[in-house]
Amino acid sequence: MKHILKILALLVAISACWIGLLQVSVIPESYTWLLPLYFIVSLGCYGILMVGVGLMQFPTCPQEALLLHQDILEAKDFLKNKGVDVGSN
Amino acid sequence: MGNEQKENSNKYSIIIPTYNERLNIALLVYLIFKHLPNVNFEIIVVDDGSPDGTQDIVKQLQSVYGEDRIPLRARPTKLGLGTAYIHGLKHASGNFVVIMDADLSHHPKYLPNFIKKQMETGADIVTGTRYVKGGGVHGWNLMRKLTSRGANVLAQTLLWPGVSDLTGSFRLYRKSVLEDVIGSCVSKGYVFQMEMIVRTTRKGYNIAEVPITFVDRVYGSSKLGGSEIVEYLKGLIYLLLTT
Repeated sequence: MKHILKILALLVAISACWIGLLQVSVIPESYTWLLPLYFIVSLGCYGILMVGVGLMQFPTCPQEALLLHQDILEAKDFLKNKGVDVGSN
Repeated sequence: MGNEQKENSNKYSIIIPTYNERLNIALLVYLIFKHLPNVNFEIIVVDDGSPDGTQDIVKQLQSVYGEDRIPLRARPTKLGLGTAYIHGLKHASGNFVVIMDADLSHHPKYLPNFIKKQMETGADIVTGTRYVKGGGVHGWNLMRKLTSRGANVLAQTLLWPGVSDLTGSFRLYRKSVLEDVIGSCVSKGYVFQMEMIVRTTRKGYNIAEVPITFVDRVYGSSKLGGSEIVEYLKGLIYLLLTT
C-alpha cells in the first residue's frame, strides 16, 4: 500500500474520533471544535522540540579531521613511492 | 577483526563516481586497500570525463594495485549520480555493491563494519548513519546542523523511512536489491539517495545501520541555499505521494 494512503487512513481515523466526540458531547462542544487546532499545534511543538533536542545532541567528531589528515599524509607517502602522482587537484 | 572472522566468500564491488577528484581518488584507493586486507573486492571508478586528469591517476593506480582490482568505467561527460551508479552496476562482478563518495568524506575504515554488520544480520542493505552515537559530522556550522536536523525531523514525520540518516550516500547493498530499486528512482542529487532508501523500505527489504563519521570536505561552501531547500521540500512531497 502506498505510504500516503496509510497517512490518509490515519487522518480519517482521527477525524472519525473527533466527529464521534462532537456527537457524544462528553466534552463541552466549544472545546471539542478546537481539538484539531490543539492537535496541529501540539504536533508543531513536538517537531520543534525534536529539532532542538537533536541539535543539542548533534554528534560531532572533531578528532576525525585530524585522523583524516594523518591518513592523507600516510597515503601520499606510500603512493609517491609507488610512482603515483599525488600533486594537488 | 580477529580469529573469529568467518569465511567471507562474498565479493564487494565498490562503485565510486568521480568528477575532478584527481588527488582524492588516489588517497581513497590507498585507504580502501589498507582497511580491507582479506576481502575480495573491486573498485569501479565511474569518471565523467574529468578535465583534471582523474582517469590518468586511476591508470597509475591500476599499475600499482592491478587493473582487475580497479576497473575504470568512464563516461564522456558529466551525466549525473544515478546514471553513474547504473553504469557501474552493469560492470559490477561482486554480489554486493558499496556506494561511497570520492572526496574522503566517507572513510574506508568503516567498510569492515558494514561488511560485518551485513554478515551478522543478513541484511539486504547496510546504510551508514551520521546521526547516532558513534557517528558524527565535522565541519558543519550551527546553521547547517539546524537545517539538517529540521530536514530530518520533517522527513521522519512524513515518510516513516525506517532509517535515521536519509540523505547519506555511504551504503552497502546486496547487488540484486540495488538493481531492483535503482530502476524506479528518478530524482537527482541527495533526493535520489532519499528515494533509494525509502523505496527499499517500502519494498520490505531488511535494512541495518552502522554509525559513520563524516568529515565535510567542501570547506566553507554552504550547500544549503534557498533553492536547495525548495528542491528538498519538492522531493519530500514527491516521495510522500509516490512511494
